[in-house]
Amino acid sequence: MKCTGSLGGVYLKTKLLMKGNDALARGAVFAGCRYFFGYPITPQNEIPTYMAEELPKLGGVYLQAESEIGAINMIYGAAGCGKLAMTSSSGPGLSLKQEGISYLCGAELPCVIVNIMRGGPGLGGILASQGDYFQATRGGGHGDYRTLVLAPATAQEMYDFAWDAFEIAFRYRNPVVILGDGILGQMMEPVELVSRPPVDPGNLDWPTTMAQGRSKRLINSLYIDPVDLENHNRKLGAKYERMKKEEVRYEEVAMDDAEICLVAYGTVARIARSAIQRAREAGIKAGMIRPITLFPFPDEIIQKRAEQVKMFLTVELSLGQMVEDVRLAVAGRRPVEFYGRQGGMVPTPKELLTEIQRLGASS
Amino acid sequence: MKKVFSRPESLADIPFHYCPGCTHGIIHRLVATAIDSLGIKEQAIGVASVGCSVFTYNYFDCDMQAASHGRAPAVATGIKRAIPEAVVFAYQGDGDLASIGTAEIVHAAARGEKITIVFVNNAIYAMTGGQMAPTTLLGQKTTTSPEGRMVEREGYPVQVCEMLESFPGVAYLERVSVHDPKAVRKAQRAITNAFRAQQQGLGFSLIEVLSTCSVNWKMRPLDALKWLEENMINYYPTQNFVNKLDKGGNNDVA
Repeated sequence: MKCTGSLGGVYLKTKLLMKGNDALARGAVFAGCRYFFGYPITPQNEIPTYMAEELPKLGGVYLQAESEIGAINMIYGAAGCGKLAMTSSSGPGLSLKQEGISYLCGAELPCVIVNIMRGGPGLGGILASQGDYFQATRGGGHGDYRTLVLAPATAQEMYDFAWDAFEIAFRYRNPVVILGDGILGQMMEPVELVSRPPVDPGNLDWPTTMAQGRSKRLINSLYIDPVDLENHNRKLGAKYERMKKEEVRYEEVAMDDAEICLVAYGTVARIARSAIQRAREAGIKAGMIRPITLFPFPDEIIQKRAEQVKMFLTVELSLGQMVEDVRLAVAGRRPVEFYGRQGGMVPTPKELLTEIQRLGASS
Repeated sequence: MKKVFSRPESLADIPFHYCPGCTHGIIHRLVATAIDSLGIKEQAIGVASVGCSVFTYNYFDCDMQAASHGRAPAVATGIKRAIPEAVVFAYQGDGDLASIGTAEIVHAAARGEKITIVFVNNAIYAMTGGQMAPTTLLGQKTTTSPEGRMVEREGYPVQVCEMLESFPGVAYLERVSVHDPKAVRKAQRAITNAFRAQQQGLGFSLIEVLSTCSVNWKMRPLDALKWLEENMINYYPTQNFVNKLDKGGNNDVA
């Protein structure tokens, strides 16, 4: 098993049992996040609850905004001052935040935005879904921009990725999205605490920290001259290209001799892992690529494995969103099948095994 | 020769983009003069909004952030919570503040957020070419109320100060005008007092400044000033609504 996971650090012996949402909140505070602005929505409420309890003790700020729109714009203000700021929400709330995320990207402000996905569209439901993949990986708001998207699959990764998200956000001056789901947020698992220094943004030359003994600074996304705006877009584009070169993360499971390659992320990747084990026991050479960054998408490894495997099977809690990225990577060289459940329904390992067997028999 | 009048230090030496006869220039000067007189240029962080005043971020010579439409009070909240020692102000128009940004302004006031809002009310969407605003007066013709605003169709204009007056978190709230020199001097006092209220940590402060838009009102500048005086002040009375400063603050012209 190859894992290009967390950026590293020394794992301590201390293990605590906690919900994924709590792990994420702890990880963020541990990373140095001191500013949290949010609005209640299920199934992410443990995150603001933890922040409201802990941040004031640490001299930080927890503030419940009037709306998700208010919250993301408070993030804009605090991030514009160079602070480690985070907001979290779920589907409907993320829709409201999209305007602000577009402005954050345009003004190149680092922050962490958490989406603990629930079923949609509309008010949908409150159980786990992965229907916000397009929204997270395609920008989601208006204009030509991307956010880096991390997809944890365990409470441990919820904890670890919070640190990584802030580090990446400041390194690129760009928002980073942590895309979890309702199961991951609510499920309790042991989490091993890690010893890492807080994220140090370093000496920044852009935040509005009051113009004392220096010239004024401006946080802005308006470029009224088309030449300037095109240059700005190209600069952002170069940043996204650099992410594609340097930030791709994925995990491979049993891929050395695999003939059928499952592609799944988050909670579904764990179900797929069980299904692969059962398939192997049944004599089917199944393996998995688990994308950990959804943008940038790990297309190179999928291209490479397309030379080896007979087919791909993408499994998602949606009608099929990530499968489009898999098809782009495979580029028609192998069949790319899709299996999805929606609305908070989750496939069982047996269900996936049946699908793997069906595809194996028909190939 | 003694110099008796000059550009405020906090106002950058850049020509305004505003139309001839527009009163934004006067209001910019009042804000910059208030910042200078209180000696807070190096503490100030301003927030620009969307509308004609979008380029205020170029004109005020202090750190600035540009907010999306209506969200300036939320951005200002983020800044103030991040740097409590900063003096944070936002400059918003009436479309921005009284329509798309009502949730943000109401809740900033409700929280008693220690920020100062300069709210410029010219009763029209000016940058987009003269559409009806939440503050457009009854009977007033705009490109989107060509027969004049009617209660039955568009409802009543929004009176922001009257709406915000009830919140205990509001420390200073006043409506002023800039239609003549006397009014301008009163406006200067009010804006300076609003910043003082923030400096003293008393709570939220907002100054509504009645302003003209001769181009979109389709009037000559002097007629526009007259129209403001004769029509707007009737519906938007210029008065102090809340003043929690000690002894009502400093009444000297700043």
